[in-house]
Amino acid sequence: MSSKTSRSGLLSNYDSGDYYCELLGSDTTPHSVFDVIERQLSTISEKELRNRAVAAENDMFDLGVTFTVYSEKSAIDRVFPFDLIPRVLSAKEWTEIEAGIKQRVAAINLFLADIYGPQHVLKDGIIPSHLVFGNSNFRKEMQGVKVTNGVYVAICGIDIVRDQAGRFLVLEDNARTPSGVSYVIENRRMMLRAWPELFDGLGVQSVDSYGPRLRQALAESSPGGTNDPHIVLLTPGTYNSAYFEHVFLAREMGIPLVEGRDLTVIDSRVYLRTIAGLRRVDTIYRRIDDDFLDPRVFRKDSILGVPGLMEAYVAGNVQLANGVGTGVADDKAVYAYMPRLIRYYLNQEPILPNVDTHICGEPEGLAFTLANLENLVVKPVGASGGYGVMIGPRSSRAEIEETRAKIIEDPSNFISQPVVGLSVCPTLCDDGIEPRHVDLRPFAVTGRDTWVLPGGLTRVALRKNSLVVNSSQGGGSKDTWVLFPEAGE
Amino acid sequence: MLLARHAEAAFWMARYVERAENLARLLDVQQVFANDSRDPASWRSMLLLNSDEERFLKTHETVSRASVTQFYVLDQENQTSIISAVHMARENARALRPLISTEMWTQLNVFHRKLYALTPADLGEARLPRTYALVKEGCQAHTGITDGTFFRDESWYFYWLGRWLERADQTTRLLDIKYHQLLPRGADVGSAFDIGQWNSVLRSAAGYYAYRRVHSRAMSPGTIAGFLLQNRAFPRSVALCINDMDRGLNELRSRYGLRGGTAALERIDELQAELNGRSIEGILIAGLHEFLDMFQSTLGLLGGDIAREFFHHEELVTQGATQNQ
Repeated sequence: MSSKTSRSGLLSNYDSGDYYCELLGSDTTPHSVFDVIERQLSTISEKELRNRAVAAENDMFDLGVTFTVYSEKSAIDRVFPFDLIPRVLSAKEWTEIEAGIKQRVAAINLFLADIYGPQHVLKDGIIPSHLVFGNSNFRKEMQGVKVTNGVYVAICGIDIVRDQAGRFLVLEDNARTPSGVSYVIENRRMMLRAWPELFDGLGVQSVDSYGPRLRQALAESSPGGTNDPHIVLLTPGTYNSAYFEHVFLAREMGIPLVEGRDLTVIDSRVYLRTIAGLRRVDTIYRRIDDDFLDPRVFRKDSILGVPGLMEAYVAGNVQLANGVGTGVADDKAVYAYMPRLIRYYLNQEPILPNVDTHICGEPEGLAFTLANLENLVVKPVGASGGYGVMIGPRSSRAEIEETRAKIIEDPSNFISQPVVGLSVCPTLCDDGIEPRHVDLRPFAVTGRDTWVLPGGLTRVALRKNSLVVNSSQGGGSKDTWVLFPEAGE
Repeated sequence: MLLARHAEAAFWMARYVERAENLARLLDVQQVFANDSRDPASWRSMLLLNSDEERFLKTHETVSRASVTQFYVLDQENQTSIISAVHMARENARALRPLISTEMWTQLNVFHRKLYALTPADLGEARLPRTYALVKEGCQAHTGITDGTFFRDESWYFYWLGRWLERADQTTRLLDIKYHQLLPRGADVGSAFDIGQWNSVLRSAAGYYAYRRVHSRAMSPGTIAGFLLQNRAFPRSVALCINDMDRGLNELRSRYGLRGGTAALERIDELQAELNGRSIEGILIAGLHEFLDMFQSTLGLLGGDIAREFFHHEELVTQGATQNQ
């Protein structure tokens, strides 16, 4: 491929090494999007880009597009670092991702309706019962509860990575309260202010309809199908680190942002405390975990929740999005079975494959894992947020042996995966434009149908060679562009 | 229908911004008094005015210009400081973010950051006027942006109720500072020195020239106190604030079909009768301080009425009432 030699301007010294580059592609298969935006990228100097990056960060700070870190003495607002060079997806790539996400969401909802209903999947031996019943996110209270339209997961975020061959792989499902969509929309607004000429003549799909789409989807699954259901967004409050996102979404949807203390349950119905008195609520988009939702049923010490909420939910008087007990579907052990669940429920091959996953609870998976520990990533199931993960190639002999002992003691508590060489994207770093690893979290919204926001949150590991994109560990984000199909495509 | 918690947050956001602005005005006028009298004990009146003396003396050995100014401007531990008021305004704005405009939030956010960047050096005598100007302008920018961008639904009414209530209260305090100031030296009342101080009270309320237009010849403590209490056109006068509350509360009730607010309206009637039913001479003879004291406690009760009737109201909304929104 000639692009490396002919590049000018910003990317003249850029080398993506052995990884797949989200703008350039690989040496053997150049990426079509680069041809499209190359000219625009070359019209700006690195110095100018740096100036705009500083201005953009100040803007974010002033606008309060921040997450808040609370320490004992103070509250510090931090900006989620934002890189101005976008990650671009062609229409063709997006079509594949979109179809794969819709398929996955459909399977997840059918799986949840099944395990909280007739449990065919267990009787047919597709997935071991202990993975479901032994999961801490399984809520026995949900057994037999009728959920409108079977929408347990109305909002789903699915983490996708791209390997060295440029294949999209699903890394993780987020079916509880996935966050980050506000950054997708704010990042775009920021890009349009900071670097408007980069969009010139390109068809970039808009991300502005997320709020109305979500509201519509929530209305479609409201109990009783009222014409104009009263929908509220339930936040843990101003001290939650994602409070900005809760505000953002309530505004985008034009619905009240409420806290647990704003709601009360009388005769299994939920009411909002207004200046005129109590007003009935039909649907709650809740950003509070199951554990804290209702102190009468779950954690007794929760002051964030609403006493009696579960009783109203079980009675069918209020819809919760997402439903209670959805965490059982995004568990790491269940994830390993997702390709089989897609085949079982939809009779289709998975459009987006999983990262190869070895289930230690199965004999061949266990044997393979134990024989290749130094090359694998080992993850405990049930836990979330990267807790207790061992990365073989970066672990000491002692750490590997310690993990081996744990696996042998309780094999079904672990899965293993190969280390994926995540794709990279040109990123403005201290020493110039350098490749940094990225992932992608598209967001799917489900009412009667599923709609996927074009693009999603591209997280970038800002530290050199780091594969960790989490904001708590030096991660930032990029604007994610989905181009309209070109003529003939 | 507006969330009760949001109504309360709008009410208090306005109160805290107004409080910060008025505190800057009070401190400004106090600075002038102190320069006139060269009496360091005059700073004690600031503490008396806000009933803060006992609390202040727990953490400070001496009452001086520097210590009192620090206490009221930058002391984050002091809940009655300017920086605390702006912090509380921002916390209420944070709770209100789904309702307020992005520009309102941005301005408060930036203003808050500027205040936190101030150092004791900014409280030096030479820089102090600039520091007070920064506070006043920050508060006024907030008011202007709010006027220009805040969606005028129920929350807007609660915002203004909070502002008027706080402003009425603060204007009575601005007047009261004269009482505390002059208590130990009654002989000065009416002297040229005294009139100079009354002028600075007017100036700190931005009312000097407005007063001149109304009373071009006479300049007496009575006419000045009367102007600040009873004038119906001066934006910081107590009567104007109370009349605006009356109008705002009636409009809120009729426009949104709210049944609450009757106790608050009765209390407002009571306040209007006190203000309009008496001549300023009568008030001065009976004792200005006593009048202001009574007025401040009635305003406190009014705040309680509003809280009870709107913020903690638990009646079920009937189908008919929900159609109103």
